[in-house]
Amino acid sequence: MNPSFFLPPTQIFQGRRRALALSGAVLSASAVALLGGRDAMAAGKKASHSDTASDVRILNTALGAELEAIAAYQVGAESGLLTSGVLPVAVAFQGHHKAHADALAATVKKLGGQPVTAKAKYAFPVEKLKTQADVLQFAAGLEKGAVSAYLGAVPVFGDRALAQVAASILGDEAMHWAVLRQVLGESPVPAAFMA
Amino acid sequence: MAGNAIGAAQAAPAPDERAVRRGEQIYARCAACHAIESNRTGPQHCGLFGRRAGTAPGFSGYSKALRDSKIVWNARSLDHFLQDPMKAVPGTAMGYAGVKDPQERADLIAWLSVATRTGQSCTPSQ
Repeated sequence: MNPSFFLPPTQIFQGRRRALALSGAVLSASAVALLGGRDAMAAGKKASHSDTASDVRILNTALGAELEAIAAYQVGAESGLLTSGVLPVAVAFQGHHKAHADALAATVKKLGGQPVTAKAKYAFPVEKLKTQADVLQFAAGLEKGAVSAYLGAVPVFGDRALAQVAASILGDEAMHWAVLRQVLGESPVPAAFMA
Repeated sequence: MAGNAIGAAQAAPAPDERAVRRGEQIYARCAACHAIESNRTGPQHCGLFGRRAGTAPGFSGYSKALRDSKIVWNARSLDHFLQDPMKAVPGTAMGYAGVKDPQERADLIAWLSVATRTGQSCTPSQ
């Protein structure tokens, strides 16, 4: 077995911080956005209006959730409850959500839609966030929900390149969820399949 | 017999506790967009049963398709919608493939029937 699986949470987070500096092997937001619409162009055909409109709705729903996640991580970062080892990783995760949001908004625009914007106010259960564990549990719930949401979106995109974009984001959300669970002392990968 | 049937219709049996617990776990899949007591990317679920689709208090993000659907949420309509939301209501903003397993849908609906009781389990936000 890989002994790194048993590293204490602090070391896991320190490792993550080092890894953040080496994250060049990922798609940029603009590169991900370029994937959108690729199916139709490659096939030399124009996507139907209804397919495109449906894809824009799905993308905008995902964008709304990403914007909420950005705000949620901001609440966590400003809570004063996160330790110096955890805070930079939470901020890094927030940065990932910002990248997702940028890619989704760019894709919506590319498809002729109007990207949704962040709400002026979100109703987070701040009264229940008393400890670092509370904050991380809250974040983990959002990340798990995001995995399920993208999993449910992948099959319904008319443009299969957009399904690839969603799957790419799904993988990132799943990594967030696993890291958060590890720090919370829970099994980071509790099952072989996600739903 | 007729009296019994009427009585059964008036007082729905309490959902199976194990189904409710399983349904709570399934509801975690909805947590990217929904909550019981607050409007998020999707509408709050408090007060769901008996409510007409597209009318959750304080939620403005509905698609025209859902607002115009004339659906009233109950166990049957939820089962139909949750199986394939985009097929049940073409044009819905809920871009989600659905909960395909009938038992999972039944469990989820059992959880929702308990967790969304206004004044008992939850208080809707405005």
